[in-house]
Amino acid sequence: MRWARENLFGGWLSTIFTLLLLLLLWKAIPPFIDWAFLDAVWQPDPKVCRASEGACWGFIAEKHRFILFGTYPYDLHWRPAAATVLLIGLWIFSAIPLFWRWWLTLVWLAGLMAIGILMWGGVFGMPYVENERWGGLILTLLLTTFGLAIAFPLSILLALGRRSDMPIIRALCVGYIELIRGVPLISLLFMASVMLPLFLPSGVTIDKLLRAQIAMILFAAAYLAEVVRGGLQAIPKGQYDAAHALALPFWRRTGLIILPQALRISVPPLMNTFIAFFKDTSLVLIIGLFDLLSTIKIALNEPAWNGFGVEAYVFASLVYFVFCFSMSRYSRRLEHQR
Amino acid sequence: MIEMIRVSKWFGPFQVLKDVDLSVARGEKVVVCGPSGSGKSTLIRLVNRLEEHQSGKVIVDGVELTDDVKKIDAVRREVGMVFQSFNLFPHLTVLENLTLAPIWVRRVAKKEAEETAMHFLARVRIPEQAHKYPSQLSGGQQQRVAIARALCMRPKLMLFDEPTSALDPEMIKEVLDVMVELAREGMTMIVVTHEMGFARTVADRVVFMDDGRIVEAAPPAQFFDAPKTDRAKLFLSQVLGH
Repeated sequence: MRWARENLFGGWLSTIFTLLLLLLLWKAIPPFIDWAFLDAVWQPDPKVCRASEGACWGFIAEKHRFILFGTYPYDLHWRPAAATVLLIGLWIFSAIPLFWRWWLTLVWLAGLMAIGILMWGGVFGMPYVENERWGGLILTLLLTTFGLAIAFPLSILLALGRRSDMPIIRALCVGYIELIRGVPLISLLFMASVMLPLFLPSGVTIDKLLRAQIAMILFAAAYLAEVVRGGLQAIPKGQYDAAHALALPFWRRTGLIILPQALRISVPPLMNTFIAFFKDTSLVLIIGLFDLLSTIKIALNEPAWNGFGVEAYVFASLVYFVFCFSMSRYSRRLEHQR
Repeated sequence: MIEMIRVSKWFGPFQVLKDVDLSVARGEKVVVCGPSGSGKSTLIRLVNRLEEHQSGKVIVDGVELTDDVKKIDAVRREVGMVFQSFNLFPHLTVLENLTLAPIWVRRVAKKEAEETAMHFLARVRIPEQAHKYPSQLSGGQQQRVAIARALCMRPKLMLFDEPTSALDPEMIKEVLDVMVELAREGMTMIVVTHEMGFARTVADRVVFMDDGRIVEAAPPAQFFDAPKTDRAKLFLSQVLGH
């Protein structure tokens, strides 16, 4: 009560806002609950759905496998499902500082190999599935994982290069960062998908997934590089002086003194960029790859289910939100940790 | 040990050092003083090439400092430095601060580096702080850790760049005590400081700088009791006269 009086009704202005907000909530929440739960249709029958006022969760129930796994052969859905669980497991495992040891790399290599085997198959009696047919959540997660795993080290090199004393290296890094940042991701993806094959010698082909992945890495690296550079600039000159005075050579100085401090400072903006990148993977739909959001679009194209977009996108938002919110909470924990 | 011959340095159009000559013998303790902006800090930062000179020669322990990175590192390995603002590595514990360079530069085994570190922490009288982070220590303790960090590299020469200027008065003594002890053990030292008491007890020679030049260089007794130049007299009256 006391808290409410102090914080919600502290003055006439605050009282007005509190009342307005309460009115808004009162107007918005009961209809939402009606729509989402009380009037909702849970069985996957479009006719019943159309007759009802509420949400049609039946659509999700019917289509969730297509949304999550895309055009992957229906009978083999357990494989992308297992791969998804494994990949998420790897992320959670790596989030624990106790496991930040050299062997974590081996865990990842083994994990990624297992994911590759699950997704492609062709061994252990599992039929081969070409990666044109991969889709849904696992595609989103794989694009993000490989995108960040390669773009992040690259971005550190770019950021260091941009601060280098060597004019050629500096110019190259500045040129790269400015060029890539000045172009929308969509156009990079188009270039990768349409133009890149034109430059390759005939006979050489890179598959669509890899081309999209390369474009995304190039894009993310440019953005992350500027975040890292911000962190580097926040390191006081005295730290460089001390490292120089101790005769630490460049890579030791950078790896042991400068980067650990710069990256810690950069955790919030880095996570910001990571989250943005995770969501940007949905843009691959424009070059015909089926990530989580594209599979929803296709599911909606089926005449019977036409018009249940809200439910589908609420579902997709929930999935994205779970991932992004976990990342954000984790970043808060990292900030407060020594 | 150190030979500087007609050294000049500019920051943009501003000349900080003007044809400075200075030589320091092994085991000698030199105190550098002078008004702020006179080039004292720049002078000692030339010794381990934290600053580059643009003309003249700087020779440290027989090695002439040029752009050659190998030579620079060779000199830096033998020259310890203590800064006004401590410059400890805040993300590492005291012990890690002390063992980092011996392990990665001198290639000493970790265990041996830690023993050396504990030895020097005991010498600066804070062995119990080994596992704390720099931010958990007082200014005086941090500066003593910084001295120990430099000593862990077993340097032949120590540079001190206003080591007590950022400290509260009650902490100055604990740092100076450590420095006096170090001087007694025969370390070659160049100290930029305003602590004239320290200069009087420890220095073999006091170098007075003004406007980028060495104006006067004399044993402390002579410098303090009978300064030759008006600049030095004025400076001493300002530093001592209250």
